Amino acid sequence: MTQRSDTASPLVPVPKHKRTVMIYSRYERFWHWSQALLIFVLVFSGFAVHGTHSLIRFDIAVSVHTIAALALIVLWVFTTFWHFTTGQWRQYLPKSGLFQVIRFYAFGILTGAPHPYSKSLRRKQNALQSLAYLTFMVMIGPALWLSGILYLTYPLWNRMVGQAFGLGAVAFVHTAASFMMVTFVLIHVYMTTTGKTVGHYVKTMITGYDTVEMDEVEEAYLKSQGTRIFR
Amino acid sequence: MVRAALSIALALSVWCLTLPAGAQQTAMPSRPEQAKAKSTADHSKFEALKGPFTSGPEVTKACLTCHTEASKQVHKSIHWTWTYKHEGTGQTLGKKSVVNSFCGNVTSNEPRCTSCHAGYGWTDRNFDFSSEANVDCVVCHDRTGTYRKVPDGAGHPAASPRKIGKDSYAPPDWVKVAQNVGMPGRENCGSCHFYGGGGDGVKHGDLDSSMANPNRKLDVHMGKDGLNFTCETCHTSDAHVLAGSRYDVAAKDTKGAVHRGAERQAASCESCHGGQPHKSPALKAYYLNGHIEKVACESCHIPAMARGGVPTKTLWDWSTAGKMKDGKPYAEHDAKGNDTYLSTKGTFKWEENVIPYYAWFDGKVRYTLVDDKIDPTRTVEVNRIEGSYADPKARIWPFKAMQGRQAYDKGTNQLIYMNVFGQNDTAFWTNFDWPRAIEAGMKSAGKEFSGQHGFVDTVMYWPLAHMVAPKEDSLACASCHARDGRLANVPGFYMPGRDTFRWLDIIGYLAMAGALAGVIFHGLLRLLFSRNNAAH
Repeated sequence: MTQRSDTASPLVPVPKHKRTVMIYSRYERFWHWSQALLIFVLVFSGFAVHGTHSLIRFDIAVSVHTIAALALIVLWVFTTFWHFTTGQWRQYLPKSGLFQVIRFYAFGILTGAPHPYSKSLRRKQNALQSLAYLTFMVMIGPALWLSGILYLTYPLWNRMVGQAFGLGAVAFVHTAASFMMVTFVLIHVYMTTTGKTVGHYVKTMITGYDTVEMDEVEEAYLKSQGTRIFR
Repeated sequence: MVRAALSIALALSVWCLTLPAGAQQTAMPSRPEQAKAKSTADHSKFEALKGPFTSGPEVTKACLTCHTEASKQVHKSIHWTWTYKHEGTGQTLGKKSVVNSFCGNVTSNEPRCTSCHAGYGWTDRNFDFSSEANVDCVVCHDRTGTYRKVPDGAGHPAASPRKIGKDSYAPPDWVKVAQNVGMPGRENCGSCHFYGGGGDGVKHGDLDSSMANPNRKLDVHMGKDGLNFTCETCHTSDAHVLAGSRYDVAAKDTKGAVHRGAERQAASCESCHGGQPHKSPALKAYYLNGHIEKVACESCHIPAMARGGVPTKTLWDWSTAGKMKDGKPYAEHDAKGNDTYLSTKGTFKWEENVIPYYAWFDGKVRYTLVDDKIDPTRTVEVNRIEGSYADPKARIWPFKAMQGRQAYDKGTNQLIYMNVFGQNDTAFWTNFDWPRAIEAGMKSAGKEFSGQHGFVDTVMYWPLAHMVAPKEDSLACASCHARDGRLANVPGFYMPGRDTFRWLDIIGYLAMAGALAGVIFHGLLRLLFSRNNAAH
């Protein structure tokens, strides 16, 4: 199985070594875990508003949901900024090898086959991850916050003529996207158990460090930047 | 819109902070408004009021010697005319014309019904509505609390001591009453409005004798331990014409509060509280104020009617009237002493702490009048309330939905007037003969009766605006935002907590359950295979 870099392929193969290095920066981890917490709060309060459960009072659910949503929007604004200033947005670009990854999770993982992709600093995600996260960030996320903002501002547009079923339409999109979100989260959480050990990926996302392949040039560059690299 | 945008900006940034009272705060009466205004006149010093008087009209004539325009003003009010020409529907309404679910109609029953007329001597259809002397000043302005009209006196008090049932009626001390007049108090208005329909609490649901001296919990505005409002604090008067109408309700008041000190001829909540009444905490206030476009204040702030210990009549079935025991009319009571059956009137149901009926309401009320055709196979709406979600004038309002079963003309499929009261050979309460009672009632209005009568189920809607609870007792969000909440049957819109999208929910829950089952299955497979691999 061939591996392709997401940047231009070098003409001469450069020897690579396994090195342990921080792959998730402090901000990225902060973003991930605060987003995880907010999404949990939003799902719990959101389904209370939807009437799925009544574990908390309706007005509390609405307030909590609103505050968590506003916090998440702020987080997303910062994170969008972070993605573009750091160039990390490229991580989400579609990659080849999607089928191999799917086949690995369907069969290979059971028989002990090696993962068809090896993590690098520039390619932190495999093809399936990229597709899933891209869907999350350009489809489910925006559907939620766009419809959510409309939902939140309903008192400002409920005077408009001909909006009789406007709130219903907004609620439909919001509810549909939230079902997708929960489905995503369930699978995402499970997938974190598929690393070298059950807790490996979670630990990586907490400490930020993982073992990736890098060539000598990359290693030298990182060293010059003061990055700690463990052999 | 600007104010709304400001509100949300505030909600977003300082949601948890209490908004200080500021520019948005609207003028609110800061001191209790008392019935006894500080008058510049001591009526006991007026020569004209020294008497002696022997009747109401004599007192009125004395009043008019100073208040020269008063009767002419009263003549223009619905308290006098009992007639209301509805501009929106073109219908002629008012007690004089409409049929209700209680005693039915005024015509042919005048001496009884007109005991609540703001006048004297309306005994039949020939009453002189231009008479100034026949205006009853003191029923509204008596401050002694001793003035009382007799129930069958066409608006007059007793001329000599009388006993009617358990109640005694003495002639008023006219001089004392005339010399102790003032601005109307709750009990003045209540002497009629608390007893509409023939008894305490019968008619309205939100008006009964408990409102004469309510506590704050019963009515936050009128409570003696609260703001101590009189009726006219809200029902402001302009030349003896009072703000507020049950026929043409200000279902939504977008004009709101005017600047401090200015008075508005409006009995709406908004005329004092403005259009953004909820202030803090900011986020909750933002959401609550967002309801105002579609939900009347009353819907949340009157959590139940008949809360003062006086039950209201919720059902009146005329069809059972006329039964006799040993050839005599009889009465049945419940444990609390409320009539549940009277041979004269039929079957009743009484309730306290009644959850209102909620419906879209644009303020327009259309009556089923005696000339209108009805469908006797269905419940007839004695008055129809109009409005929908899409109607920008409409909001969700609370009502007392009075259930009735009342007589109609089977030959013409129309409601009827009936003569129930009077010592004659037609009145139902004396003779228990439906055809003759209906014939006489219709005849008094110059209308025909086919001779065939039946009974039809009816409902009559009474918008609720009183017994406004303190904010801590107003409805919780989940009273409505729930699967089977109070607005479960109010149509035309999506409401969070109440509504779902059936198929979306099914697909969504299946997707979530499927994902969960999928990963559990996958995890089990991994576990199984890893054991097998390890065993090799």
